[in-house]
Parts: sequence; structure tokens; C-alpha cells
Amino acid sequence: MLAWITGLIVLLVKLVVVLVALLLTAAYLVWAERKLLARLQVRLGPNRAGKFGLLQPIADMIKLLTKEDLVPESADRVIFLLAPAVVSVTALLMFAVVPFGTDITLFGRRVPLIISDINVALLLVFAFSSLGVYGVALGGWASNSKFALIGGIRGAAQMISYELPLGLSLVPVVMLARSFSLVDIVNAQNSYPFILVQPLAFAIFVISAMAESKRIPFDLPEAENELGAGFHTEYSGMRFGLFFLGEYVHMQVLGALVAVFFLGGWRGPWLPGPLWLFVKIIAVALVMIWIRGTLPRLRYDQLMAICWKVLVPAALINIILTGFVMLI
Amino acid sequence: MSSDRTKKTKPADHPGTLIAESIKALGSGFATTAKHLLRRPVTEQYPEQKRVLPERSRARIVLTRDPDGRERCVACYLCSAVCPVSCISMQSTGGEGGRRVAAWFRINFSRCIYCGLCEEACPTSAIQLTPDFENCRQDILEMVFEKDDLLVDHGGRDDRYCFYRHAGIATDTAGKGEHVNEQPPVDAKSNLP
Repeated sequence: MLAWITGLIVLLVKLVVVLVALLLTAAYLVWAERKLLARLQVRLGPNRAGKFGLLQPIADMIKLLTKEDLVPESADRVIFLLAPAVVSVTALLMFAVVPFGTDITLFGRRVPLIISDINVALLLVFAFSSLGVYGVALGGWASNSKFALIGGIRGAAQMISYELPLGLSLVPVVMLARSFSLVDIVNAQNSYPFILVQPLAFAIFVISAMAESKRIPFDLPEAENELGAGFHTEYSGMRFGLFFLGEYVHMQVLGALVAVFFLGGWRGPWLPGPLWLFVKIIAVALVMIWIRGTLPRLRYDQLMAICWKVLVPAALINIILTGFVMLI
Repeated sequence: MSSDRTKKTKPADHPGTLIAESIKALGSGFATTAKHLLRRPVTEQYPEQKRVLPERSRARIVLTRDPDGRERCVACYLCSAVCPVSCISMQSTGGEGGRRVAAWFRINFSRCIYCGLCEEACPTSAIQLTPDFENCRQDILEMVFEKDDLLVDHGGRDDRYCFYRHAGIATDTAGKGEHVNEQPPVDAKSNLP
């Protein structure tokens, strides 16, 4: 009984630490994105709230919290209110299976630095990623607005399509690690990160991951110059904030997944595990911001063509090649 | 244009060169943005750094005065007629010494679009636009400027011009025939055959 209670306390502490870290990083990722994007466009970016605009996320949060929470009269009220939560909750839950360090010993107990190590973690990630589509599609539908509906439909089509190459690109990784558990996948990269042997899978995964997180150049669901704000056009206040938060948490989760599957997870010389994972997440996020500052939005047919005509066949060929190499 | 057309009719490139070309194009794009990262931002930080605006930039409207310090406006209503948003209104009245002046003159700056048509229409150079653009008010009623708010004590752009020196109207400053380049009026009776 005592062991059970201490286990629960340890779990709760881990949850709190991970949640706070995720939300704080999400807030400052917004700041970093605005700042870096501004510099890429020869602007200054936020610089009024605090030094270098460092208090900007706090100001934004206060603004979002104090804004009126509008629900359009013709919206489907229950679904409209629930949709933003689906987006951010699925994004947050995905992080539950990401390992961020070796086991540590606290008060004579071994504490694994992961919230829950389950043997089908990779499938869980995909399940949550697919559930995230509901948030976008239902949010767009429940708003009962044309822009939001088009955004939601685009989002659903895009995210469902890109699930496929996302999953297929990881099959070689699973083949190499011989496990679905993210802990085992990280452990399998003890000697070398998988990016060295699976560069094609890495490229496919990063591209599909960006499409999954609806970032430029794959931001068709929210394409602001044609759809207002896409699926979250009708949202205001903290409900819009939840969509926003979900996007940035998703960005971190994808950074973490890229790190876990291809960059060796928390493994690395000199620094402790969690710090290495953080560095890798931030590096992936910064590259995503750089991509946002460089590439224009894809046309809808181009988006679908890249997915079905390039990424899926390439991923399939990659699986066959990997299997072939592993056999001989 | 012609090179575009020849490119399209050319047979499709080898997929390998296509991939190489697209990677090169992507790379040059990323290099361009990376280079911009090192450039100095061009942002002007407004309240601290105020750019000197061009002399002829159009913002707050003023009513200027003659070189001798009297109101230029003759209340002819041309500015109010030409104003596309009808933000100028006034009441003409006979002033002292044969001059016409505006009894009241009002510009609603919450409507003004700073197009400058009033300035173009003005026959006496009275109404002029200045580069002073910082005219925000908390209360929208404070955006309505009366004649006292509009009048300035200088001549603005044509500071030596005085309408009544050329007008040909007898006023308290000059009678008939006493204006610039004006001959005394012909006595019609001396012209009789």
C-alpha cells in the first residue's frame, strides 16, 4: 500500500514537472517563433513587454484569459466548447510516452524518467495524433461558419493523409529497434542515432510531422489569407488560446518524437538526459521556424500529391530496402 | 517570356536532375533567409525614433493667416463642397472691413481621410495640411476641431501670399485700384464720345 502511494506521488510530481515544463516551453516557443521569424523578415519582433519582449507570453496569456469567450449563436454549443480541449489534450498526452532520461534513484527507489513506459507507445502516439484530427474537424464544423468548415475539412483531409507516411516512415525504425516502446527505441540508438542509417525515413517523418502540426508550408487548415483563420476563425479568448497552445505543444512533441526516433532521444555526451532532449526539441522547433520563414504555403493539390505520390511510395520503398538490408 | 515557353516545350528532365535542381532551389531559399537573419532589422521604433516626415506629407489640417496676421479663410465653402467625406462645415458671415470670414469653422477629424482636396480647392491658401499626424484622442468628440483649434499664427506654405492684396475688392486695407498690378478703375463717364 505504501509503495503504491509513493509511486502515485512520484507519478504526480513527474506529471506536474512535465506539464509545467511543456506549457512554459510552449509559451516561450511562441516568443522564440515571433522573434526569430521577425529577424528572418528583417524586423524586430516583440520588444515592448520586458527586456527583449521576454514578458510577451505572460502578457499574451493575460490577454487571452481576460477576453470574452464568444460562442456564435448558430454554433453547435457542446462540440464547439469541447473541440479546443481535444486539440491541446491529445497534444499533451502524446508526451506521456516520451522518455527523457535514464532511470534515476530517489530515496532508494528507482524512478524511470518517463511518465508511462508502455510497450505499444508508438501506436499510442499515432492514436492521439489521429484523435487530434477530431479537434480540428469538429471545431471547424461546430463553428457553423464557412471559413471554419473549409478549414476543418482541409485539416481533416490533410492530417488523415499525412498519418500514413508518418506511420510508414517509422516502420524501419521499429524494425531496427525491434520494439514499439519509445524507451527501447532510444536504447537501440545507444551506439549511433538512427538518422545515420535512415536519412530517408527521417526526411519523410519530418515533412509529415510538419503537415500533422499544420505548420507553414502545410498550414492550409488555417490559411489566414483565404480562410480568415481556418478552423479556429470563430474562437476567441482562451479557447483560441487552447488551439494555439495545442499547436505549440504539438510542435514540441514532434520535436521530441524526431529526437526519440532519429536523433537518439535523450542520449548524448556531457549533458544530462533531459537537457539533451530539450536541446534536440528546441533545435527541431527552430528548424521548423526557419522553414516557416522560408517556404510559401503549398497549393492543396500539391499538398496531396506530395503525400500520396512522393512520401508514401518513398516510405514503402524504404521499408522494403531496410528489410532487405536487415536480412542479408 | 519566350524563355518560359521554350522551357515548357522541352522534354521532361531526368528525374535525378529534377530532384537535384529542386534541392538546390530549396537550399538557396534557406540560405537567403539565413542571410537575412544576420541583417540589421529595418524597423523604426516609433515613439522613440521619429522619422522626419516629408514637408508635403498630409496630416492635421490647419487654417493659416495672412502675413499681416489676419484670417485667410474667406468662407467660400469650396473645401466643404469638395470634401469627399463631408467632414468640413462652416458658416459664412460678413466680417469687419468688407472681408468675409467664417462665423464658425469645424472639421471632424474622426471622418477626415487626409486626402488634401480641401487644400487644393482653397482659393486663398487658407486651409493647409501639415505633417503632424499624432492626433489621437480618447473621446471621439474631441476629434471635432473648432476654428480656434484649427487657426495657427503663421502663413504655412505660402507665407507671403495675401489674398486681399490681389482680390480687387475694396476692404479696409486697400480700396479699388490700389491692389498689386491693378490700375485705378476707369471712370466710365470720361470715356464718353
